[in-house]
Amino acid sequence: MSERMTFGRAINRGLQRALADDPKVLLMGEDIGALGGVFRITDGLQAEFGEDRVLDTPLAESGIVGTAIGLAMRGYRPVVEIQFDGFVYPAFDQIVANLAKLRARTRGAVPMPVTIRIPLGGGIGSPEHHSESPEAYFLHTAGLRVVSPSSPQEGYDLIRAAIASEDPVVYLEPKRRYHDKGDVDLDVAIPPMSPARILREGRDATLVAYGPLVKTALQAAEVAAEEGVEVEVVDLRSLSPLDTGLVESSVRRTGRLVVAHEASRTGGLGAELVATVAERAFHWLEAPPVRVTGMDVPYPPSKLEHLHLPDLDRILDGLDRALGRPNSLDSVDAFAAPETAEQFLAAQNAGEETR
Amino acid sequence: MLQVLDAEGRRRPQPELDPWIEDVDADALAALYRQMAVVRRLDVEATHLQRQGELALWPPLLGQEAAQVGSAVALRPDDFVFPSYRENGVALLRGVPALDLLRVWRGSTFSSWDPNETRVATQQIIIGAQALHAVGYAMGVQRDQADVATIVYFGDGATSQGDVNEAMVFSASYQSPVVFFCQNNHWAISEPVRLQTRRSIADRPWGFGIPSMRVDGNDVLAVLAATRAAVERAADGGGPTFIEAVTYRMGPHTTADDPTRYRDDAELEAWKARDPLTRVEAHLRTLDVDVDAVLAQAQAEADELAAEVRRALEALEEDGADRLFDEIYAEPHQELERQRREHALYLQQFDDEEAGA
Repeated sequence: MSERMTFGRAINRGLQRALADDPKVLLMGEDIGALGGVFRITDGLQAEFGEDRVLDTPLAESGIVGTAIGLAMRGYRPVVEIQFDGFVYPAFDQIVANLAKLRARTRGAVPMPVTIRIPLGGGIGSPEHHSESPEAYFLHTAGLRVVSPSSPQEGYDLIRAAIASEDPVVYLEPKRRYHDKGDVDLDVAIPPMSPARILREGRDATLVAYGPLVKTALQAAEVAAEEGVEVEVVDLRSLSPLDTGLVESSVRRTGRLVVAHEASRTGGLGAELVATVAERAFHWLEAPPVRVTGMDVPYPPSKLEHLHLPDLDRILDGLDRALGRPNSLDSVDAFAAPETAEQFLAAQNAGEETR
Repeated sequence: MLQVLDAEGRRRPQPELDPWIEDVDADALAALYRQMAVVRRLDVEATHLQRQGELALWPPLLGQEAAQVGSAVALRPDDFVFPSYRENGVALLRGVPALDLLRVWRGSTFSSWDPNETRVATQQIIIGAQALHAVGYAMGVQRDQADVATIVYFGDGATSQGDVNEAMVFSASYQSPVVFFCQNNHWAISEPVRLQTRRSIADRPWGFGIPSMRVDGNDVLAVLAATRAAVERAADGGGPTFIEAVTYRMGPHTTADDPTRYRDDAELEAWKARDPLTRVEAHLRTLDVDVDAVLAQAQAEADELAAEVRRALEALEEDGADRLFDEIYAEPHQELERQRREHALYLQQFDDEEAGA
């Protein structure tokens, strides 16, 4: 039976279910006890399960992840909350150098069933370090799995799947969607994490998103439909491993690919996905793939974040590029000779001199 | 600094430590000597094997035998060890096969023992990272209400790391059953201990609310007594203890290091006079013990182990290509399986060429 609830509440229910089902599951983090976390995702759980299972920790992210690793070695399944995306970096060493590698290092003798929950992304008008999208760092790390839910039901399903996994999972929560409501079936079996999902079928272009931008992608498909363009929307769910097979299958049908994410462009998930599709589905592509992403800048002050984040219009513009319709880059001559770095620097220097 | 046996092998009364080693009679002391001799021999043999190209690298523990043997012997069977990369002596005494230690430094594997069986975690190369793992493990022990202490080994350099300091914060807050065992061997590669701390390392834990002891790390009896006291406190719910074992790295940081570039011969000579083995030998000579027989037996055991690992190492077969992709993930990973298949196809070409030729 389904219940209507917010995205945040759905994650809370998933955590509650995991705590109730397995006495080895522990929650750890800053302010997650009496306060219920700064986003209230762990609301009520310490009262229900006690301080031994829902631990307020000292304010040290490396300490939280490092002790979670030790608890996992002792047979526990810690679920760690990192308060904000931009606060995960002190824990980066423990995540990359130990959490991700321990299973391989011990030839399978020491599994690491640790879940790291991180509120992801911007759009809520926060100060610096509160709106970042660090997923590419984790995608590039062998041994980790990375997932990002896009809806209350996915929030519930994927947190349960992450906790049940014998592998370490980085679980990225789209924080600007915490208050979105949806119907959640609390009795479903735990689904596998890695399959992507086609949320809307369409024959003209494949639009891939994950986490916070899935909702925007669905809106873009809706608007495009009014103009007679049928957009297929893919929700990745899992960022590592990537269900490239599903994206390739979709591109074989549509011939066009647009990938949207809040994270910066260079070295991002869009780069990986576009490269893979270009390698494996080249013969089905009707047009160059398009990335609609955040800029390669430090996350800007909140009054400027609307300029940085892909929104409905930028995604529609990206679709127009993929479809060869009038778009923002029409005036750029695609056949002009590419500018090398040396030419670019020479032009820059010449500009300096004239100034 | 707490000391039981001085550098000349004289037994000093030490009220804080003596009660913990009342049971150590002449035979037990002779056994400690044998264990230190075997550890030293394995270490020297491994250094030779590296010079001969059998190992890729080796981090010698020469000079730190008392710190490693005394602390390892103090542990109970279920206690759990979190080593850095230099605790090959501790691991050997805890039952990790010598060959398994050498295979790591040969470059064959990162770990060839099951930490759950040996109660010794895989060696940690990131400086100080294992201190947090030890505290987390101890937090699990508290939840299990088990009678287990964890001991984490690190060096003087690691005391500057955030992870070691965070580990002290967590263990003090949660009163976790952990022993922080710092071998202050005076050098972090080329950096002297004075670069890591203005005061003695053992002063620092008090600020975290953790009691500490500063012991002569070249005195196996002092180390044994201090570690037993700390393990007992942990087991009794008394929380963490910090031990600074003051010792000296007589060799290089690793076989790739050249200590003549940064330290004086005079310093090394001064520490040679405080050798952990010679003082035990000197003390044994004051007791009713056939010391020559003890030395001969130690030599025989050490020789046998050295010959055995050399033979085993030479007979070793290395893992093949398929191993590259194993145990990265517990659950199926589609992209990695694709890479495994493609890699196999790449290698297959060479087999086909050979078959064709």
